[in-house]
Amino acid sequence: MCLAIPGKIESIRGDDPLTRMGRVNFGGIIKEASLAYVPEAVVGDYVIVHVGFALSRVDEEEAQKVFGYLKQMEGLEELEDGG
Amino acid sequence: MKYLDEYRDAGLARQMANEIHRLTTRNWNIMEVCGGQTHAIVKFGIDELLPKHINLIHGPGCPVCVTPLDIIDKAIEIAARPNVIFTSFGDMLRVPGSKLDLLSVKAAGGDVRIVYSPLDAVKIAAQNPDREVVFFGVGFETTAPATAMGIFQAAQMGLKNFSMLISHVLVPPAMEALLSSPICRVQAFLAAGHVCSVMGFEEYFPVAAKYRVPIVVTGFEPLDILQGILMVVQQLESGRAEVENQYSRAVRREGNQPAQALMRQVFKVVHRRWRGIGQIPMSGLGLAEPYAAFDAELRFGLADHQVEEPAECQSGLVLQGVKKPHECPAFGQRCTPEHPLGATMVSSEGACAAYYRYRRQPAAATATSL
Repeated sequence: MCLAIPGKIESIRGDDPLTRMGRVNFGGIIKEASLAYVPEAVVGDYVIVHVGFALSRVDEEEAQKVFGYLKQMEGLEELEDGG
Repeated sequence: MKYLDEYRDAGLARQMANEIHRLTTRNWNIMEVCGGQTHAIVKFGIDELLPKHINLIHGPGCPVCVTPLDIIDKAIEIAARPNVIFTSFGDMLRVPGSKLDLLSVKAAGGDVRIVYSPLDAVKIAAQNPDREVVFFGVGFETTAPATAMGIFQAAQMGLKNFSMLISHVLVPPAMEALLSSPICRVQAFLAAGHVCSVMGFEEYFPVAAKYRVPIVVTGFEPLDILQGILMVVQQLESGRAEVENQYSRAVRREGNQPAQALMRQVFKVVHRRWRGIGQIPMSGLGLAEPYAAFDAELRFGLADHQVEEPAECQSGLVLQGVKKPHECPAFGQRCTPEHPLGATMVSSEGACAAYYRYRRQPAAATATSL
């Protein structure tokens, strides 16, 4: 029940913040998830979903930091062009 | 998949591991709290990439494993009643109670249904007004917001035939209980990233300061876990004991405020027994008074009954990091995922099940899948 992976919000249904639902794409598998806890999320965002609830929006800038760190460590040419 | 594949890159993982090798000069015992991290560590062979000096201790962060026996027995008792539809996450069905499990209740004709979300259970209740619908509300802070919303929506809809058997547990009190135990060997923690995505990590600052342990909020992919270990080792080797956030792409310091607000409204913090560990003060969530009508234990009049755990199962020692799963004499012999003696063998996030699945041979012979 705890395992969760990030998925991309394809569409959003409803305006009431408590019942707003999103269709979330997990690598081709689409599932409905409640967006009640991510009021800031919009279509195209990646969210981490637990038991039907998006609990966190993935921050793209933060997501890249580890690769920057590794690149700094060794200079990874293969990641140079947005890999 | 984006945000997944790039964090499983074998070359980058080795590079991170090399940096850990370069920095490590002494023996360190590091606990990963979450069962999801344990699963990833064993599955991807992350521990085998590490220097011999680093001992990863698998923590108690598997809700399936720590749900106490008496709660499982109560679930079974409720599920066996004729007018009940008992709904649960799938991984609770095979957890052994003192005599049966929920799956055998289902096999005997009980209406036990697996649901993906507590909201599915609310929907079933709305569709079946003449049946009692019960949801088994277990898990850490990751599932508690979903349970809270289920209760909140049921209350708003005025559902009279819906209740929950609640056994939610909280991670930070368990970390403190481990640290204050005389047999504690833990020198640093990888804190569970998804728990922190809900709760933030403010509450770890006093723990890190009081016990002088580095705590690094860590994600679940191989690169996350290796970076979490690297950050912990950097702290340990330089004598620091701070709270840091490796999983910053999903975790903010203050956590998820709307989720916390609803949890505060629906729940109250209670003492909770942990299977294999015992009672930990203020380590669980129960329903707050205004929502007591949704408490299945009250509704079905289940008196407190305490049950002893089977003596042969050493899951308590495994959950506290004192023993590795394969050091238990029953491991893989009298205790297997098909016939588990204890809950750490049941859940795929349980340390014993992870070792059974990926490590039946001695660790050295297992090829890393990175």
